[in-house]
Amino acid sequence: MTKTAPVLDIDAILDDENTRIVVCCGSGGVGKTTTAAALGLRAAERGRSVVVLTVDPAKRLAQSMGLTELDNVPRRVKGVGSPDGSGNGSRGELHAMMLDMKRTFDEIIEAHADPERARQILTNPFYQSLSSSFSGTQEYMAMEKLGQLRRSGDWDLIIVDTPPSRSALDFLDAPERLGRFLDGRLIRVLMAPAKAGGRSAFKLLNAGFGIVAGALTKVLGAQVLKDIQMFVSALDAVFGGFRQRAEQTYKLLQAPGTAFVVVATPERDAIREASYFVERLAEERMPLAGLVINRLHRSPASALSAARSTAAAEDLEARGEHELAAAVLRLHAGRMQLAAREQREQEHFMSAHPTVPIAHVPAMAEDVHDLDGLREIGGLLAT
Amino acid sequence: MSSRDTDWDGVRLHVVTGKGGTGKTTVAAALALALAAGGRKVLLVEVEGRQGIAQVFDLPPLPYEERKIAVAPGGGDVYALAIDPEEAMLEYLEMFYGLKRMGKALTRMGVVDFATTIAPGLRDVLVTGKTSEAVRRRDRSGRRVYDAIVMDAPPTGRITRFLNVTQEVAGLARVGPVKNHADLVRGVVASPETAVHFVTLLEEMPVQETLDGVAELHAAGLPVGGVFINMVRPVGLPKPVLDAAVKNRFDHAELALGLKAAGLAGGPADASAIAQALAEEVLDHAHRTRLEKRERASLAKAGTPRYELPLLADGADLAGLYELAESIRAQGAA
Repeated sequence: MTKTAPVLDIDAILDDENTRIVVCCGSGGVGKTTTAAALGLRAAERGRSVVVLTVDPAKRLAQSMGLTELDNVPRRVKGVGSPDGSGNGSRGELHAMMLDMKRTFDEIIEAHADPERARQILTNPFYQSLSSSFSGTQEYMAMEKLGQLRRSGDWDLIIVDTPPSRSALDFLDAPERLGRFLDGRLIRVLMAPAKAGGRSAFKLLNAGFGIVAGALTKVLGAQVLKDIQMFVSALDAVFGGFRQRAEQTYKLLQAPGTAFVVVATPERDAIREASYFVERLAEERMPLAGLVINRLHRSPASALSAARSTAAAEDLEARGEHELAAAVLRLHAGRMQLAAREQREQEHFMSAHPTVPIAHVPAMAEDVHDLDGLREIGGLLAT
Repeated sequence: MSSRDTDWDGVRLHVVTGKGGTGKTTVAAALALALAAGGRKVLLVEVEGRQGIAQVFDLPPLPYEERKIAVAPGGGDVYALAIDPEEAMLEYLEMFYGLKRMGKALTRMGVVDFATTIAPGLRDVLVTGKTSEAVRRRDRSGRRVYDAIVMDAPPTGRITRFLNVTQEVAGLARVGPVKNHADLVRGVVASPETAVHFVTLLEEMPVQETLDGVAELHAAGLPVGGVFINMVRPVGLPKPVLDAAVKNRFDHAELALGLKAAGLAGGPADASAIAQALAEEVLDHAHRTRLEKRERASLAKAGTPRYELPLLADGADLAGLYELAESIRAQGAA
């Protein structure tokens, strides 16, 4: 028996004026960015004023939206018309931007610290390492940018693509991890000398703290520890602002105007990750809209089963007749097997999450290169 | 010990990277099995805490401990290790500073959060450092403990930064113990005993990322290995048929006759309808085959050995892993 799931009504979500944020998440390589861009285009062509925030898009996808540089500023996408591509009767607009995480981080520092302190932070080697390569910074900054875009009030729908993380959950955890770190005991240890007016480091601390500091010095070297201390004490002044913003953005994600769209392919790993994500969103009380399954293989001749097809091919081959038909039947059998396997993977998800609505996008031979390609995917998502 | 010549004789650390969704972990696991075949001992390491190896081998989550997880064809052993940065840090402290008893205090103080949060390079140095230690490790009689190490590495987009540890900790530590440790790791990772392999599919984005990754590794002076083209579908139809399909000249009538001859169609109308539907599949296949040919040609530009691994009909289960391992050996990659 084939299980079925409720259908994810994409247009209902995009058309609903109360939907203000759509977050596309899922494991790497499942087509999150493409899905985000296709949803953005469709929403715009259905009359909404949309901005798509992408993180590290593939070159050609970025080009398909006319994005040529990573400049942290939303750019208007040209050629947006109506869903049928005719350009008639649409009031919507599409903007797109690529996240520049370092610049976003710099801007927060500049907004929260006086110029002298900002300079101290921005030139600290630790800050430079943290702001350009820490694996959680991208997630944190994507959420920060989302908060900024939302507060600006310039768009009535924001679609955000989540960063390609180690695990799809990183973007939920990273802000908290950064916050916990900046708020943690270790930081207080490291800050102590600065607070004590730079007098002999760790003197004022108890033995436990002293041992830890000693160990860190051994492992990292004294200079590194000094850099960190300077950085941390400078950051301390702006940290209140940080935490507050992170909390605001987190609340924004829980608000009813947000819709999470989990993206997967019908492969075991991607489906497992999607399940995990759905459960996690429920735990965090974040509003899930549904699951998009990309690159699904279907057959236009699905009434002809793999078994019958194979048997017929064998029969023709044994008789040495109709080589073409035999080869086509073999091809079809392979396709039906693949479709069956993908169906099984999907059913694992449906058994665990029977109420989660699903939308499907069939596999296509080529990647998206232009707006027409995105429009086509948007259309498929909505059917 | 195998006496066969392979493309990577002399390589002891095989780093396997690939874009998400290409089957990187599966290929790393199959490569470990292939390298172990014929009585060798191979360590398969995981560095991102995803427990992907356990899933591929259908095992409970792996601890931070080297344990035997599979027997290779002909009697070799595959060991696995899930490297946890926290444990690696404590081990490092113990090994170099005799600070094991500090472990608890350090954990309580958030030193691990520290390592993974504020000092991104440090995390990678710990992980690659642990791997390098396994590469260099010898037993009491001076023999290498492992014949080869296979690392299921971070994805293509991050691999150069991950392996380029000295560069990465440059902002963190210009001198001092971390820098020294990074230099030691660099010595292993950049040596001819290491090869960084790429896993890709015959699709535009993964192929482009592979080419970019190869160029980045070259630029960073890191050793590029082979390209494993994963999930390759068999070529189902002869070229003239595919060419005709693309030119909209596919022979529906002949197909319909064949369907009738095979007893799959009730009457002429039925045969024609099924033939029509199947012809769509043929056209789809023809487009895909053309695209694959183009992507193969692009990959050839990388100038590294290429291996093709078949799409497994039942997905990457344990039997499938052995099938891939056999294919890897047959092609001389191990």
